[in-house]
Amino acid sequence: MRNDPAVTLVWLVLALPLAGFLLNGALALLAPQKKTVVSVIGVGVLAAAFAVAVAAFAALARGHTAEPAILTYWSWLPVGALRVDFALQVDALSTVMLLVVTGVGSLIHVFSVGYMREDPGYARYFAYLNLFVFFMLILVLGANFPVMFVGWEGVGLCSYLLIGFWFNERINADAGKKAFIVNRIGDAGFLIAMYLIFQHTGSLDFRTVFSKAPALLAPGGPAVTAITLFLFLGCTGKSAQIPLLTWLPDAMQGPTPVSALIHAATMVTAGVYLVVRCNVLYALAPLSQTVVAGIGALTALFAAVIATKQWDIKRVLAYSTISQLGYMFLGVGTGAMAAGMFHLVTHAFFKALLFLGAGSVIHAMHHAFHATRAHEDAQDMRNMGGLKQHLPWTANLMWVATLAIAGVPPLAGFFSKDEILAAAFARGSHDAAWYGFWGLGVATALLTAFYMTRLMLYTFHGPNRTGDAERAHLHEAPWIMTGPLVVLGVLTVAGGMLNAPPLLGGGTWLHHWLDPVTRAAAALWPAAHLAPALEWTLLLGAVLVAAAGIAVARSLLRPDALVPARLAPPETGLARVLLKKLYLDEIYDAAIVRPITWLSTEVLWKIVDLRLVDGLAVNGAARLTRTAGWLGSRLQTGNVGVYVAVFVIGVLAVLTAATR
Amino acid sequence: MGEVLDTVLAFFGWLGARETLFWAFSGIAVACAGMCITRRSPVASALYLVVTMFSLAVLFALLDAQFIAVLQILVYAGAIMVLFLFVIMLLNLGRPGPSDLKGPWGLGLGAALSGLLLLQLGALGAAGPPEAIQLPEGAVAALQAQQGVVGAVARPLFSEYLIPFEITSVLLLAAMVGAVVLAKRRL
Amino acid sequence: MTLLGPALAVSAVLFALGVAGVVIRRNVIVIFMCVELMLNAVNLTFIALAQRLGIQGHVFVFFVMAVAAAEAAVGLAIILAVFRHRETVDLKDITLLKG
Repeated sequence: MRNDPAVTLVWLVLALPLAGFLLNGALALLAPQKKTVVSVIGVGVLAAAFAVAVAAFAALARGHTAEPAILTYWSWLPVGALRVDFALQVDALSTVMLLVVTGVGSLIHVFSVGYMREDPGYARYFAYLNLFVFFMLILVLGANFPVMFVGWEGVGLCSYLLIGFWFNERINADAGKKAFIVNRIGDAGFLIAMYLIFQHTGSLDFRTVFSKAPALLAPGGPAVTAITLFLFLGCTGKSAQIPLLTWLPDAMQGPTPVSALIHAATMVTAGVYLVVRCNVLYALAPLSQTVVAGIGALTALFAAVIATKQWDIKRVLAYSTISQLGYMFLGVGTGAMAAGMFHLVTHAFFKALLFLGAGSVIHAMHHAFHATRAHEDAQDMRNMGGLKQHLPWTANLMWVATLAIAGVPPLAGFFSKDEILAAAFARGSHDAAWYGFWGLGVATALLTAFYMTRLMLYTFHGPNRTGDAERAHLHEAPWIMTGPLVVLGVLTVAGGMLNAPPLLGGGTWLHHWLDPVTRAAAALWPAAHLAPALEWTLLLGAVLVAAAGIAVARSLLRPDALVPARLAPPETGLARVLLKKLYLDEIYDAAIVRPITWLSTEVLWKIVDLRLVDGLAVNGAARLTRTAGWLGSRLQTGNVGVYVAVFVIGVLAVLTAATR
Repeated sequence: MGEVLDTVLAFFGWLGARETLFWAFSGIAVACAGMCITRRSPVASALYLVVTMFSLAVLFALLDAQFIAVLQILVYAGAIMVLFLFVIMLLNLGRPGPSDLKGPWGLGLGAALSGLLLLQLGALGAAGPPEAIQLPEGAVAALQAQQGVVGAVARPLFSEYLIPFEITSVLLLAAMVGAVVLAKRRL
Repeated sequence: MTLLGPALAVSAVLFALGVAGVVIRRNVIVIFMCVELMLNAVNLTFIALAQRLGIQGHVFVFFVMAVAAAEAAVGLAIILAVFRHRETVDLKDITLLKG
């Protein structure tokens, strides 16, 4: 398998998007109006990369070896005892991520051709999108921490570029900056963790670190706990968990396909990928596992609560993403790596479907308002309603995704969510805190079903609030946009088969596929098993919870009582607190941003920079020199008598020194 | 009067002729040097300096440097000091003018500096030359007896120190030219 | 009794007197004479030590005298030139080096 051309040519999967970026970037600068060429390049490189990914996957499957194929290209950082090469690793985990990124990415690229058709920055958009895929693939294919970090930083950069794509408006530029800066805080954690790993194991290669870790790092000891916690800090930044989650809702300022690709399917899952990649380290640190799972569960509930009262369709989906990422971390924190990855893959399918569907809706709403020259918010659900008549395909496909995310069998989301919750419950017998996490997960599932149903009811059902003149212009999206929706719909339905549990007759294929990567961790921390009866109970309980959520939503919510956004009365009380996302941004601003700004201005600038550095060091040195010069000039009197006296003093000094 | 002279001579007899003369002329030299630096009239200072030089010549002779003693009188006292007196007279500065000693601060500084210097030099002198490079007692006198007083100085002067000797002659030429140029009324 | 120690002592005293003279007098010519006094004290040192260290002491005194002569000639010529310019030999008025 090592010498299989499909594996050795995996560098193509990097080169193709990079070439796409360069070509589209050149076109953006020189001939931005040639949209067809841009489309062909942009989509073509992704489709070709997907083909290479499939070939690599097939080669790996054929190879029947558990050893990863590590392809080293050049020696990047040979510094003292540290040897870091630019190397790519083709193994079970990276091929799964490869397929998800290139596959879902290709579909989103196709969708973007239709969605961004009228945008003047078309070429620039595809250039950035290709660049993003390039960096994301470096992240998942890296064979050592620094290469992965290059990808990690690169996707952060592209996220900034794409969120602030329409940078002419201040709010978009601010959102891009916020995303980048909050990510950087997490990246500091990643860097510290990298340093600690090097300090304790002497290497930064995945293979070396993970094989040596059980011997070099004391299980449960301070070193491995520190490393894993700092890595998780990076994950909270990249995957928008507590405390660094505030950037993701604001990131919805970017184009909707960007939200689908980056903030649903790929970039935000990088944190989960990192934890799965470092599963050996996490298996050695039970405290960190509790922290990861706990924060994941808390974030899941927190975001779900906020999502119940958001009016912007994309905000609801953003909080939903944060919530589902919380589930993934709950899964990998429990040690059920395959369950977490399973949910990552299924979530990529249905969340991308939801976002692209929302994109179709927003596209239609924009057209309607543009045609009547109205200035209403095209993303506010209060301006929608009854769109099922106008966008039937989108509506039905989004219902499929909604049922999946709510956890209705036999759709994909049911299997993955259930596996995570079962794993959490199983670990409860070992450590009671996990029962609490399981409880949080169940509450979140209820709320998920609720708010997703709410979204569907307000958007597609009930009376239409868009306006009489606009209604005539509402129409279904063109096939170039609806096509990818269909493909994602099929994947959402069928995706559950990837890892169906043996209880229901499935073969847990993904679990077996990922075994070479997770084997070491599983040896250190064997997964707990539930009795079949208990497992059936939990399964049925999950279905009931999902059904309950949908039923409550249908009975409680009154789409016909809604009023268009412009006329809607402002929210009060609890609704207002939830709409304002529990004032989290305001709290961060008061508690962290303002004190730091005060510190920078009052202390670091006025005192340290102006007084100490400028005043004392720079001006003070000049003043000292001038004073010394003035003193020296006092000696130049022209009076020979003085000169003679000084002369004699000098002679005395020399004599004294010479005779000591 | 005669008794006093007898006691003095007896004392000096005890000392020995050489030492007697040495201390006598050292005293004269130091006293005249002190007078030289404190007189108001430059001529008086010059003349006192001449007396000092004469005393020093005697001291040189006592220290087995007879040739140098004669040179001292001929060159230093006879040529250089005469030059000084010429210049003083030329500038019409002979008469005693107002005291040109510096004020109390200057006097204090001078006393302090020269006092310190005296201490330093005293320490140096007490140490004396290192044993390793000293010649045996009377070696110089023997050399002088062998080659003559002048010959003892002349021989190294024209062999080892020939080059400095020739350069000194160039120096004297340069000094002559320089003095003529500098003192011209119109260049 | 060897005369080396006493001779060195006398030389030191003469030298110190010369330095004192240079510092306390304002008349340029007298200062110059004190410099000559210092040179003489040095000559005495050389002669005194020549008894112990060799005839080279005498040779050196020879050279010192020659150089002193040259120096006296040139120095006095300079004083003459300055006097013609400034009409004074008082040190406090000769501040041509100022600045």
